[in-house]
Amino acid sequence: MSTGIGARVPRKEDARHLAGKAQFVGDLSFPRLWEVAFVRSPLAHAHIRSVTVPEQYESRVFTAEDMDGVRPIRAESSLPTYKASDYPALARGKVRFAGECIALCIAPTRAEAEDIAEAVELDLEPLPAVTDSLAARRPDSPLVHEEWGDNLFLTTSADGDIESVRERAAVVIEREYRTARQCMVPMEGKAVLARHEERRGQLVVYTSTQVPHLIRTGLSETLGLDQADVRVIAPDVGGGFGYKCVLQPEEISVAWAAMRTGRPLRWVEDRREHLTAGANTRQHHYRLTAFADERGRLLGIDAEVTVDVGAYSVWPFTACLEAAQAGGNLPGPYAFDIYRCKTFSVATNKPGFTPYRGVARPGVCFAMELTIDAIARAVGREPADVRAENLVPAEAMPYTNVTGKFYDSGDYPGSVAGARRMIDLDAVRARQQTPEPDGRLVGIGFSTFTEQTAHGTKVFGAWGLPLVPGYEQAMVKLAPSGTVEVRSGNHSFGQGLETTLAQVASEQLGIGVDRIKVTMGDTGETPYSTGAYASRGMVMAGGAVSKAAESLAGRIRKHAGHLLQASPGEVSLSGGRAWVGEASVSFEDIARAWYLRPDQLPDDVDTLGLEVTEGYKPDVDTGVFTYATHAAMVAVDPATGAVEILDYVLFEDCGRRVNPMILEGQSYGGTAQGIGTALFEESLYDENGQPLTSTFADYVIPGPTELPSMRIEHTESLSPFTRHGIKGIGEGAAIAPAGAVVNAINDALKSLNVEINEIPATPRRILAAILEGRGSGAEQSS
Amino acid sequence: MKPVDFTYHRADSVDDALERLAAGGDGAKLIGGGQSLGPMLNLRLSRPRVLVDVSSVEALRGIESTRESVVTGAAATHSEIEDRPASDPIEHAMREVAAGIAYRAVRNRGTIGGSIVHADPAADWTSFLLCADARIRIRGVDDERDVRMREFTRAAYTTALAPDEIVTRIEIPRATEQARFGFHKLCRKTGELAEAVGAALVDPGRRFCRVVAGAVGAKPVVLPAATRSLAATAAPADPEALRSEIAACTGEHDPVKLHMAAVAVGRAVDRALATR
Repeated sequence: MSTGIGARVPRKEDARHLAGKAQFVGDLSFPRLWEVAFVRSPLAHAHIRSVTVPEQYESRVFTAEDMDGVRPIRAESSLPTYKASDYPALARGKVRFAGECIALCIAPTRAEAEDIAEAVELDLEPLPAVTDSLAARRPDSPLVHEEWGDNLFLTTSADGDIESVRERAAVVIEREYRTARQCMVPMEGKAVLARHEERRGQLVVYTSTQVPHLIRTGLSETLGLDQADVRVIAPDVGGGFGYKCVLQPEEISVAWAAMRTGRPLRWVEDRREHLTAGANTRQHHYRLTAFADERGRLLGIDAEVTVDVGAYSVWPFTACLEAAQAGGNLPGPYAFDIYRCKTFSVATNKPGFTPYRGVARPGVCFAMELTIDAIARAVGREPADVRAENLVPAEAMPYTNVTGKFYDSGDYPGSVAGARRMIDLDAVRARQQTPEPDGRLVGIGFSTFTEQTAHGTKVFGAWGLPLVPGYEQAMVKLAPSGTVEVRSGNHSFGQGLETTLAQVASEQLGIGVDRIKVTMGDTGETPYSTGAYASRGMVMAGGAVSKAAESLAGRIRKHAGHLLQASPGEVSLSGGRAWVGEASVSFEDIARAWYLRPDQLPDDVDTLGLEVTEGYKPDVDTGVFTYATHAAMVAVDPATGAVEILDYVLFEDCGRRVNPMILEGQSYGGTAQGIGTALFEESLYDENGQPLTSTFADYVIPGPTELPSMRIEHTESLSPFTRHGIKGIGEGAAIAPAGAVVNAINDALKSLNVEINEIPATPRRILAAILEGRGSGAEQSS
Repeated sequence: MKPVDFTYHRADSVDDALERLAAGGDGAKLIGGGQSLGPMLNLRLSRPRVLVDVSSVEALRGIESTRESVVTGAAATHSEIEDRPASDPIEHAMREVAAGIAYRAVRNRGTIGGSIVHADPAADWTSFLLCADARIRIRGVDDERDVRMREFTRAAYTTALAPDEIVTRIEIPRATEQARFGFHKLCRKTGELAEAVGAALVDPGRRFCRVVAGAVGAKPVVLPAATRSLAATAAPADPEALRSEIAACTGEHDPVKLHMAAVAVGRAVDRALATR
């Protein structure tokens, strides 16, 4: 049975994970290892007057003063109007969010380190906190970074001639949408262990990251070390979702303290630290006006997007990535010509924004999809029809949209038709004709998106970020025992890359994945990769492995040709053997000839051997576009505001599926997170910037009993630009659920003239809207 | 998020536990299943010097039914109550309430005594035991006394228990065959504490009736008008009247919270009436 591309191969990594034998940072052990606890700011905004360390702990506590010479995190961008921030690993002079690290404490155990942290005295002079991104844009707002003169990291604008559509529009829809601030909640939080290794003269940093090579670059820049003197190892990582794709202040301070003390040190983020200092994503505000004709055909969109990006700009993706993506992706899969959009990336006294699965697109998709349904209600038509008619039609592919995005392939309206068939729209509409016996209201909602994946040099170059990804490299080698080694600087943190990269190599080399060993995440053992983000792993690392394995296959054919006395062109590879007609030689014999018995090979043998490193990027690297339509059927209890998802379907297209089973897992997980965004998750703050949701009792995430059984179908529109036609899929499923679920809620509440335009759509929010007897925007339809 | 340094003592009898409590003074604290105290220890909201574990004290365990009442040891777990065969309406009600607490992993460890001593206003047992008019037996070093649930819970996280006392058992009066019970809670997700709790018990054979609202205000409260209405009539409770009464009894003003509380109580009453 083939274990190549398209096979439902069980995940290689599951053997250790299911046996509880995986090795996370928290599982590591070294002699003399001590643990770290941080003193974190109890205030959102304050001047630091003093930090007093009790005498007996002087050698156990480090502050910014001790870290002289260490550079702050500073992420530059060439985008006009952008202002960079200095984010010190330990706060210097001022604190700008509750939870910001002020001092690092070390002790043999975490509990003792926390005892020391409690004994450190802070004298802080409180400053007014900036907590509302709209208020923060006003000239009279307190300032997060005084030297800026305002609170704006970045403003952007796209200037379409919106006035020209205003007069010809039969329907004008005006809405205000809000999405809550969230945490990403990976099962394993951040974790870092640093030690000095004398033999290599290297600082070795084990960290729970998606981007080990980037962290090495970041650490050497901030700590002033040569990159050769730093090795970063990402061991098993328990989920990332974007939370671990940036340089963390704790990575810098723990690495620095390990060098300073000469002792291995470890810090493991606890859940409270995560829910407060890690509340760093998703919070958007939209003012949106849509213009449409009497059939609901979109003529233009006028939008203002405000992103509450928090106090600091993260490295390397900056505080701007979110708004740049929001402004560029708001039109999404829809074909229309006039677009005006201003975006504001606003500094507030909250943790700095980090790109979370979907980056901006869950917000823009929510805003667009609710708008499409509002248009459909205004013109009195079925939203699924209005949606399908507004999408880029299949025959227009490839298509350049209003913001210049180049959509490579696909049948977007076909995905709506697919989801509509799967959930049986007609049956739901029929069911709605009769009141439910339990008094609940049933509704149905759709949500369609495109997702730019594996966007590369051109896109990141245009943003002028410190990082511009280029050629992804991979090494593939036929080892002496006839097995295959694959090395990639990308990383697997739960998404199954260890298996899918092996499948790509298996496809090219004709050897089973059980004979392929994949090594990732260690800068000492793998070629440079900017890492796992932007749904690029399968396209980029998969492409690089494909290319390197293809080269290796050529060399194996040559060597086999010598052994089988045939020309390389006559040799084919399958079942771990090289074949010429009926004759064959095993990979093991081929490898043995090269490594141990060169006497079997002719003198003019190819001396490049059986080890290949190749670099790869797609022919067109502006991104390949995955797309999908999600549909949800919900029941809303109008007496309690409770929402139950009765049915949920996904109709997806991500080009060639490398492992359909892993892909389904990605879709289930992403959808679960998206349902969290839609109904549950919300990091709340009071007016002083104090986090109010610091435990799982307050920050609610969906569990198995809250999630529906999802059904998934696929089509495969191969990308013309990538190896094997693969497109990225890692983020996609998290994008659509809020649109589908809230559209379904609004469909259910239509008879009450109630419309929800803010997420999460909690029972309290829904009930409040019902009790008010009106929606937050429904009356504005014209 | 690790607790402060403390000494752990596993008590082998009630007297042993009482002695340790007395010796530890303010710094001593009892732990049962640890389902509430555990997180509070880790968050350092609770900072005991001595932790006295009573979860394996034999005298505090076990559940038995006498002619007059169901008697549970304070250290009986929710699972033990959930899994116990039920014959009369009170035993059925207790099973139902126990089975609805959080999820099984919590029920396997959490105890009924621990729950009422913690006195979270949203906890299931605080509302149920008030509704069922339970008696709480309290042991001190020198004495033993019984307190009605109505007097036991004083406010949020505050009870009639003195720092050197232990709840040993809980006695719930049995119901006649005519008794009907309804319990309804609104939770954002399975396993979370409730946003609103309603409990209703009517037992014409004993001339007993009580309607309780929980998770609103500082502690669960008996609603006298709703109780009279349930005792007197089969008509469902009027939502507007319920809202006003809950507001009056709890001091709650938030209209959404009051609405939720009224819905929970209304549905509990409806359940009690529907099963009549």
